[in-house]
Amino acid sequence: MTNSIREIPLSESFLIIGSNTTENHPVIGSMIKNEVINKGKKLVVVDPRKIELARYADIFLQIKAGTNIAILNGFAHVLIKEDLYDKEFVQNRCEGFEEMAKALEKYTPEFVANICGIDDPFKIVEAARLFAASKPMALYYCMGITQFKSGTNGVKSCANLQMLLGNIGILGGGVNPLRGQNNVQGACDMGALPNVYTGYQSVSIDDNREKFIKMWGSEFELSKNPGLTVVESLNGVLTGDVKAIYIMGENPVISDPDQSHVIEALKQLDFLVVQDIVMTETAALADVVLPACAFLEKEGTVTNTERRVQLMKKIVTPPGEVKEDWRIIMEIANIMGANWDYKSAEDIFEEIRQLTPSYGGITYKRLEKELIQWPCPRENHPGTQILHKDRFSRGLGLFSVVEFTPPAEDIDPQYPMVLTTGRILQHFHTGTMTRNSKILDEICHEAFIEIHPNDASNYNISNGEEISISTRRGSVRVKAKITDRVKPGIIFMPFHFAEAAANKLTHDAMDPYCSIPELKICACKIEKVNAIGGLSE
Amino acid sequence: MNIEFIIDGKLIRAHKGQSILKAALLNGIDIPHLCYHEKLSATGACRLCIVKVNGMYKASCTEPVAEGIDVVTYDEELSMMRKELLEMLLAEGDHNCLYCHSNGNCELQNYCYQYNVEPPAKDLPKNIREVDLTSSQGIKRDENKCILCGRCVKACAEIQVNFVWDFAGRGSHAHLTSDMYEKIGDSSCIQCGTCVQLCPTGALSFQTVLGRGMNWELKKESSICIYCGVGCKIDFYTNKEGKLVKAMGNDEGPNKGHLCVKGRFGFDFVQSNKRLTTPLIKKNGKFEKATWDEALDLVASKFGEIKEKSSPDALMAFASAKCTNEENYLMQKFMRSVIGTNNIDHCARL
Repeated sequence: MTNSIREIPLSESFLIIGSNTTENHPVIGSMIKNEVINKGKKLVVVDPRKIELARYADIFLQIKAGTNIAILNGFAHVLIKEDLYDKEFVQNRCEGFEEMAKALEKYTPEFVANICGIDDPFKIVEAARLFAASKPMALYYCMGITQFKSGTNGVKSCANLQMLLGNIGILGGGVNPLRGQNNVQGACDMGALPNVYTGYQSVSIDDNREKFIKMWGSEFELSKNPGLTVVESLNGVLTGDVKAIYIMGENPVISDPDQSHVIEALKQLDFLVVQDIVMTETAALADVVLPACAFLEKEGTVTNTERRVQLMKKIVTPPGEVKEDWRIIMEIANIMGANWDYKSAEDIFEEIRQLTPSYGGITYKRLEKELIQWPCPRENHPGTQILHKDRFSRGLGLFSVVEFTPPAEDIDPQYPMVLTTGRILQHFHTGTMTRNSKILDEICHEAFIEIHPNDASNYNISNGEEISISTRRGSVRVKAKITDRVKPGIIFMPFHFAEAAANKLTHDAMDPYCSIPELKICACKIEKVNAIGGLSE
Repeated sequence: MNIEFIIDGKLIRAHKGQSILKAALLNGIDIPHLCYHEKLSATGACRLCIVKVNGMYKASCTEPVAEGIDVVTYDEELSMMRKELLEMLLAEGDHNCLYCHSNGNCELQNYCYQYNVEPPAKDLPKNIREVDLTSSQGIKRDENKCILCGRCVKACAEIQVNFVWDFAGRGSHAHLTSDMYEKIGDSSCIQCGTCVQLCPTGALSFQTVLGRGMNWELKKESSICIYCGVGCKIDFYTNKEGKLVKAMGNDEGPNKGHLCVKGRFGFDFVQSNKRLTTPLIKKNGKFEKATWDEALDLVASKFGEIKEKSSPDALMAFASAKCTNEENYLMQKFMRSVIGTNNIDHCARL
């Protein structure tokens, strides 16, 4: 997030796009609801589903899945056409306006409404006017923007809109991606990415490499070639390039697109090591399984969606012989010739600080009593609540020309329905934790799909009936929940449930810039289960 | 700080519009209160915070500060009134601390103890109110321990913003209700548990708490929630046996004390019997228990072998958004230096 959670009360309006906030980031969802319902702030919701926040929205735009860029361009078009944008901000802080404005000319409300499947084009005009009239507006997005072949462009359109409105670098504004895991921000910050060291320092720049060699020891050579992403590495297994995978605390069999492809790849490996807390679907395929501490059994830091670094404490004693993940990694490294001697997580953090400018001023001692958000370069630096305050990291903010492009897999007569996937309130990711938590599993213990009443009646499906969903990758059986949360022609399915794994169905078409898979949309067909057995057609 | 006034002979400064109670609490002066909670708007229901303002009785939670007023928070008269109020609250319900999960952590119990309130006379008329201990997976409700303070109603309306709780009935028939007279389990409650966290008595409680340890035996330590990226700070309570008992939102986190249903109830996987407890090595398609030395030696030798025979780039690691910064750092350091490849990624895109 460019801005901070505690600024929610300072926003005059909100645009929630591609985020089912009240289910996936419920505490932030409630804070936004409080502003909208109890304090009269304005809310625009853009989503393919009638999510809970849509109920309280001043304007709700139920778009076709995969058309975010069109609608964001539509808002920008209206702001420019009606002269409602922040000219001072655009002139002083940004560049590339003319080019973008030209590209936006064709994104008229009518053109956009047609792409997005919105009945009333004027709603787009109203939304744009609302943003201009109720500043600062805070834009919140989540995987509903990013998990597309055009994910990077979706983010750029969000940035375009907020720069146009001058909502960057000010309290209560910002482009605010909601990170989906408690330390996904930190894992990225720490360089658990194929192309960068900690703090997003590129592996291809010689100076960076030298800096890390100096700290890590010259006995090791560091590669300057960017590595593989998760999805690319699984493809690499099938081509024979990747022979061993070491997985720490992930369950790709359930979380990654195109499950049968994932399983095929993992089975083909010469050697698979899985380090986890329970026997996951992925661990079952491993050659060696290493038992690791759960979050309440170890110390360390995590970084949240607003770049706030927080301390985790050891609350309970770990069972059996389990060890902290860092200790396991250190022991393997030392057998392989390293000479690491970390006594605690704090020891490791001290090394991170020295290599990572944005974490340079953060210490465990400070975290005990201070709220610190990176960048925090020095120990006397208070941390950074708002990014891009006086200048962008590149100097001027760059408006990007972003064109709407359709998703990879269109519907056709054989696969006439759209499938979109996501999370639900009570469960998390692959269910390793929530499905092993008694109360959460009791509240919701089985998979389902959401299907519109019209589709249900077309296919003669009743509520709660088990049906079959198939795509070009595979097929699962799951119960139907008939609801008008979805529009006709699209079904929604949560991906937490191994026995009805949504990712058996999804595909791994990827964004060319950042390799995010298009998990949010693919073509599918639905069938009654009794028809599959050949009883009727 | 533009208003000056006197509390118990002491000069206090406060903001215009602040209540006397809030100003007092901020200055370390404790006035007894039950319906008031710093996170919620003032209700003025319990009257326990009664004070004298220039000699007049006022509920300090709803009475704004004013220039030059003279506030008395404690004298014999006020003590008697508070004691009577507490007696009435006790008489109206069925407050038996012996089998209450809130025993030792009950604001009503504390005040009754402080003010020497005797058990109520047996022959007072009572309305038996609803007990709903089973309809919801996470939350129990025993309205006979309810003092109608309204904190739960406000917690749901102002923090979770779901408006599930409300009062129904009037006078002595007033009672709590979820949605339109439904049981909690049948209502639109999503079980964030914030009402339970703010309940000053034992009227609302969590399913998993009773019998797991007396409140004074529980140990509290804070950590960060494992689920989404909000990073809620949670106070985890463990009992004498080291078992996790409950999770309460911590005010200092970005969540300001609030939690969702996952943060509230999604911790028992940590102590479930499904946990892996020893390293496992697959032999002939079956996992067999191994020592750490065996397992790690095997991993190291296999990694080394593949690195030598193929290339460092034939190895890949998935780090984890569920692990700490330190662990992710070490994993990429391991792959980049010891192995010699940039093949490191995690589920950021999933």
